[in-house]
Amino acid sequence: MSEMEIPVGTSAAAWGTWSAVLTVTAVGLLLGFLVAATDRAVLTGSGARAAVGTLQSGTRLLLEQRRTTLAPDSLLWRLGCAAVPVLALLSLAVVPIGGRTLLSSSADLVWFNAMEAVLWAAVWLVGWGPNAVHALTGGYRFLIQGLSYELPLMFALITVGVGAQSLRTTNVVAAQADLWFVVTMPVAFVVFLASAAAFAFWGPFASPAGADIAGGVTSELSGVDRLLVDAGRAVFLGAAAAMATALFLGGDAGPWLPGPLWQLVKTVGVVVLLVVVGHRVPVIRPDRFVEIGWMVLIPATLLQALLVSVLVLSGFYG
Amino acid sequence: MTAELVLQIVLTVAAALVGVGVFGALSQQSIVMIMMGFELALNGVLLGGAAAWYFLAPQAPDAQMVVVVALVVMAVEMAMGFAATIAIYRARQVDMVDMATELQG
Amino acid sequence: MLTDLPAWAVAAVIALGGLSVAAGIAVFVVDSMARATFALLTSFLAVAGILVALQLPYLAFVTALMMTIEMALMAVFMIMFMMNPAGLMPMTMVHNARGSAVLGAGAFVLLTVGIWTMDWPTRNGAVPADSTRQLGEAIMGSHMLVMLVIGVALFATIIAGTVLATARGRYDRFGAELDAARPDDPVPGGLPR
Repeated sequence: MSEMEIPVGTSAAAWGTWSAVLTVTAVGLLLGFLVAATDRAVLTGSGARAAVGTLQSGTRLLLEQRRTTLAPDSLLWRLGCAAVPVLALLSLAVVPIGGRTLLSSSADLVWFNAMEAVLWAAVWLVGWGPNAVHALTGGYRFLIQGLSYELPLMFALITVGVGAQSLRTTNVVAAQADLWFVVTMPVAFVVFLASAAAFAFWGPFASPAGADIAGGVTSELSGVDRLLVDAGRAVFLGAAAAMATALFLGGDAGPWLPGPLWQLVKTVGVVVLLVVVGHRVPVIRPDRFVEIGWMVLIPATLLQALLVSVLVLSGFYG
Repeated sequence: MTAELVLQIVLTVAAALVGVGVFGALSQQSIVMIMMGFELALNGVLLGGAAAWYFLAPQAPDAQMVVVVALVVMAVEMAMGFAATIAIYRARQVDMVDMATELQG
Repeated sequence: MLTDLPAWAVAAVIALGGLSVAAGIAVFVVDSMARATFALLTSFLAVAGILVALQLPYLAFVTALMMTIEMALMAVFMIMFMMNPAGLMPMTMVHNARGSAVLGAGAFVLLTVGIWTMDWPTRNGAVPADSTRQLGEAIMGSHMLVMLVIGVALFATIIAGTVLATARGRYDRFGAELDAARPDDPVPGGLPR
């Protein structure tokens, strides 16, 4: 159905490459700050002071002196730490901001998924680099957790692609003009948000950085390294919330208000939902989550994809 | 630059990947490292398929299918390689090919 | 016929090609197995970058996705099986290095001579606007048989891999009479049974 392809220029073409890159970076950092501040506000119960506290601890990490370990693999360690925020920003490159994406190809959804997959390597390197047992254990936990959430996440993304009949995010948003995808794809929506928490190893999926292994992958991080990893996780969670808005909640569609404002409202809503619900669910052990992922989530997402496929064939999406 | 020249450069890169992969697969003793050699050679196949699609026959999907098959071969090789490694390690604590000689004539 | 790739794309293809070969050589040079694994990943990501330049975004992103996950898991197996994963005590683990180098170089020379002496045909038609759609329609249409065979092969791989890798059968899990109510597994799993 090539008549459904609506060509939308990339933001790089429309606004100039540098201003588009700067916009995406700024939006990413703001989303990360939003996630971190909401997280702190929910945890501590303090309202506006949480925002100040987030900035304070970020600045402290920026100025703090780095400590190191005995015989670390410095090259891979630094590489892993730097990759976390970079990948988070790159995954935001295919999320529509103001109706345009920074990068646009016929496989945007696969790009988003690939950035999250490269995060596996980055997090494992953060665990491997310091030559410390707790950090490496955390890296292992992340991989085990990854094996459990990866296939459900892929099926959730495939469901969206099937429903929109395109892997381009701007087309996915356009395909929801009549009906938001969350109505027909609730399972995919929930799995996507849960996977977002899992690849940011946050909330119920925080066991790679768990207190039982002294902070896991983050246990030996200090100074700028810790800031990069923690900020990267927050930006990833924010980028996933923005992506969920575009994939399931109609992107910038909405009455009365201008489009970007609607998108902001929805994204903030998803972030608040994620943080509030995430802090009310206990941490899941990775060895238990494997069985839940493979026995419950994969069949559920497969059935969801089947349902959407049947709806597409019956002409439900128009 | 002519299209033929760019094709030849890309294919030379693919040939170099295959050559390095063959060297690695033949010279390494550890099973894990041997599999890395195979993967590198298949990486060259993948690149060659993509180059053939773009520079020779972009109207036909066949060269794209070559890339897909190369990816699947890598996945199968990896899964079976590690399964076999686990099996022989469990049986005899062997992780080097020089010690796994059951199939030697 | 001049190539329709812009000059910067040709430069990027050549640079990424050089990077992929250099990283591939590094795999067998570095002492640390972690570095070897991630050098191989660098080689794959460089090839994925070339695929983007050749207007195959879907295959490029799938390559990056699959190979990164594969390399991350490979790192786990590497630590499990190698005596010296971090390369803190350098040792050589090669046999017949000279013969292998001759064969590897021979393969490269043979292929290169063929590449540079062959009279390559000019291409048929232009690059399609959407290579992803072309691949999707081939998989679900003219080339469906390939996909069916791949599916069966992957399913067989899952089963064969599990059979090879696991040492425990149903008698270990449910007892000699197969009458245990709950399986006796080393890892309990997350679902109530």
